[in-house]
Amino acid sequence: MPSQHKPYYNRTLMDFEQKTAMQLPNPETLLTDITTKIETQLNQAPSIGQCAFVGIHSGGVWLMQRILATLKLDIPYGTLDAALYRDDYAQRGLKAQSKPSNIAFNVQDKHIILIDDIFYTGRTTRAAMNELFDYGRPASITLAVLINRGGAELPILPNIVGAEILLNPKQSLQLSQDTKGKLHLSLEDNFSENDLLK
Amino acid sequence: MINPQLDSDGNLKHLLTIEGLPKRILNQILDTAETFVGVAERDIKKVPLLRGKTVCNIFFENSTRTRTTFEIAAKRLSADVINLNVGTSSQSKGETILDTVDNLIAMHADMFVVRHSQSGAAHFIAQHVPDNISVINAGDGRHAHPTQGLLDVFTIRRYKPDMHNLRVALVGDVLHSRVARSEIHALTTLGVPEVRVIAPKTLLPTDVEKLGVQVFHDMKAGLKDVDVIMMLRLQNERMNGAMLPSAQEYFKTFGLTQEKLQLAKPDAIVMHPGPMNRGVEIDSCVADGNQSVILPQVTYGIAVRMAVMAILGGGSVGGQVGNSV
Amino acid sequence: MKIHIKNGHLIDPKNKIDAQHDVYIAAGKIVAIGNKPADFTANQTIDASGLIVSPGFIDLSARLREPGSEYSATLVSELNAAAAGGVTSLACTPDTQPVLDEPGLVEMLKYRAKQLNLAHVYPLGALTRQLEGKLLTEMCKLTEAGCVGFSQADEAIIDTQVLWRACEYASTFGFTLFLRAEDDYLAKNGVAHDGELASRLGLKGIPAAAECLAIASILRIARETNTKIHLCRLSTAEGVNLVREAKKQGVQVTADVSAHHLHLTDFDIGFFNSHAHLKPPLRSMRDKEALCQGLKDGTLDAICSDHTPVNDDAKLLPFTESEAGATGLELLLPLALKWAENQKLSLAEAIAKITYQPAQILGINSGDLSIGRDADIAIFNPEKIWKVTPSELKSHGKNTPFLSLEMMGKVQYTLLHGQITYQSACIKS
Repeated sequence: MPSQHKPYYNRTLMDFEQKTAMQLPNPETLLTDITTKIETQLNQAPSIGQCAFVGIHSGGVWLMQRILATLKLDIPYGTLDAALYRDDYAQRGLKAQSKPSNIAFNVQDKHIILIDDIFYTGRTTRAAMNELFDYGRPASITLAVLINRGGAELPILPNIVGAEILLNPKQSLQLSQDTKGKLHLSLEDNFSENDLLK
Repeated sequence: MINPQLDSDGNLKHLLTIEGLPKRILNQILDTAETFVGVAERDIKKVPLLRGKTVCNIFFENSTRTRTTFEIAAKRLSADVINLNVGTSSQSKGETILDTVDNLIAMHADMFVVRHSQSGAAHFIAQHVPDNISVINAGDGRHAHPTQGLLDVFTIRRYKPDMHNLRVALVGDVLHSRVARSEIHALTTLGVPEVRVIAPKTLLPTDVEKLGVQVFHDMKAGLKDVDVIMMLRLQNERMNGAMLPSAQEYFKTFGLTQEKLQLAKPDAIVMHPGPMNRGVEIDSCVADGNQSVILPQVTYGIAVRMAVMAILGGGSVGGQVGNSV
Repeated sequence: MKIHIKNGHLIDPKNKIDAQHDVYIAAGKIVAIGNKPADFTANQTIDASGLIVSPGFIDLSARLREPGSEYSATLVSELNAAAAGGVTSLACTPDTQPVLDEPGLVEMLKYRAKQLNLAHVYPLGALTRQLEGKLLTEMCKLTEAGCVGFSQADEAIIDTQVLWRACEYASTFGFTLFLRAEDDYLAKNGVAHDGELASRLGLKGIPAAAECLAIASILRIARETNTKIHLCRLSTAEGVNLVREAKKQGVQVTADVSAHHLHLTDFDIGFFNSHAHLKPPLRSMRDKEALCQGLKDGTLDAICSDHTPVNDDAKLLPFTESEAGATGLELLLPLALKWAENQKLSLAEAIAKITYQPAQILGINSGDLSIGRDADIAIFNPEKIWKVTPSELKSHGKNTPFLSLEMMGKVQYTLLHGQITYQSACIKS
């Protein structure tokens, strides 16, 4: 597809494919795709010992666990919630369910692969990076996501993407994992636009 | 009667007492506290939630330890903290409570943490502050000390996750204790099936059974098979007020010794809100023993107070807590 | 000045009148009921259509705050409040500043009240000097100056020997003692009824036993010294039982209940509402029901307002630190009517409890509309609904647990000695 060949900073929303609920890509396929890209990235890193994975709750953590299992890597990894660093606290307070962040390794000077399921406005990434920096100074951060649904409101973009699609702004894209560990994507109606903060 | 602690959406607006708070709000606070326990263990023990906000500790009754934990909690949320010890400031010059509070409001404070020697003081102040200010009760007379009650059940939950199968005993001066009242409300609201109070008649409030507790005057019977023992502090005034003959007799009948501890379950935990009177309520070897969780209570106290401030400090667009977002 | 009150429904419980009758007044006295006297030409006619015409109400306890506490209220404001409430005679307590233990002070108070001509004021003199419970006051001189009885207000007499002697001395001259029964030690520092609510709210309680112990002592002393006792502001079920028993045994005792205690309980304290901070405290539902029943069966003789105006600042404090008391003169009528309605009694029964019954206790010739009596009259609409707001109340005391609630029953005219002391603003003249 032509859009894939343009450098990503030149791609605009016009290059994104419009999708409906019936046309959502298969997340398993996307996962395989980004796993390959992550593996390529890691091979280019100066030293694998200086790399680490951080997954953003909850989708990013599921993806991270699958990627770690597939690549059979023994590298440090952690989980982030970023709820305490969000920019919508003054309007909406704390989320009801927060899982604690857990970064047991030393962030200092590491090349971090930050993994999330869906990239939308970029605000979650901003919050996650702020929290990560409170743990230490990483050497670099690479953002890998399953889907970029267009609509970045900040100068932040993912480095590794499975698919770029446009969706109805009034619908929320959710990744879920069934009891057998298989990934599913679904579109749900929002009850208020304020809820969109990916 | 409208609950003055909740706003029209049912979200927490003030924390004045545990009594009357629905279970979901208690769980919200306890679950949020879990995330803050980890923050204290990091190098950078701060999160930016209350950045730019001003938290005032208004202590009409002195207490260095409680004030300090609230101060640490607020600062770890990146808030600015003002400490007002009213005994030394304009209150002693005859200023009324409301005038003191009004002055702080005029200085654009965002959150008040209030301790007072009279029951109802926190409710009173909460009635008079504008909508954007939240009030946290740090202890009012003998009525309530909700953050202590919460940190105590948080501690219990950490060591004994199955709250629906517990026997908990509170020992000591329940009559004068705001901590005891808050603990009882928290335990009963969260569904702990058996809550016991163990004390002489002179130290129990009238109709205490109506709070949902079983009364024991014999400590040996009361401690049998309990999972959690919560000791309460005994103050010297009780001897002067003809409620008890002496500290020695109190220790003999209601003090927690290693021997009495054996009557509880072997993995029972021992708690105390502090400060302790060693040799009066509790024997040193028990306080320092391996069943004591008194020091973890202090650590968890900061996480719980951070959780309360974090919940109160945020907005509440989008309805009740508990809807998935 | 000749006044004709026409078309009103007359209720005079003492004289057992409860029917449509006109009233004719001349020279400040009632000259005829029903039929117009032959040579009567009215200077003024009051149309009381749809209204009840009753004897002016008699309140056994109202604090006027003068002398001494004028920042809370003044004689002018409170006697105006009395008139607005239809109260034409009231007894005031001796806990003023200075205490009413000197004949000169009593004379001054009576003189001031007479000048204002808004209501008859019957002072209760202090039973002991400065209400300290140690030395007797000059009861005879005080009675000469105008006291109708003696009281300790809210101060207990701890020394039973002193209480005994005070009773004996009073009994020598047939004086009545107005005592609020409360054991000082058990009630010390208490602010609420000692029960479940006080335990939950962490408020120091006053056990019912504090009242009952004191009633038992007082009744025993009264019986042995043959003293006339009036027990003020009963608040407990047990207390009502003790009075009932004593009356059966022929002890000379009467008792009253505050209008608030007929309707409210300790639960009305809610979230530490200092307006519900009263002395004696509001007690349990069981106590309230016993008080209502006791009033109905005659164990309790009268309802009083226990009018206690409190400065706003003194209520804007945490419960325990707030000053106890509620404003009451203007609520006496609607609260009395509501009691009767709840007990399925007639209007006449309610009015009896605030007219001739308290008059008998005070020993004054009032509380009924017999021919020749002073024309102290209240004309009211028993169905008028009004809201209790600070602007509606004439008293300087705006403190009441009934704030923002609606009352049914409002006075339209009050006459004192044949002169109109109050006329409701909503009457088209």
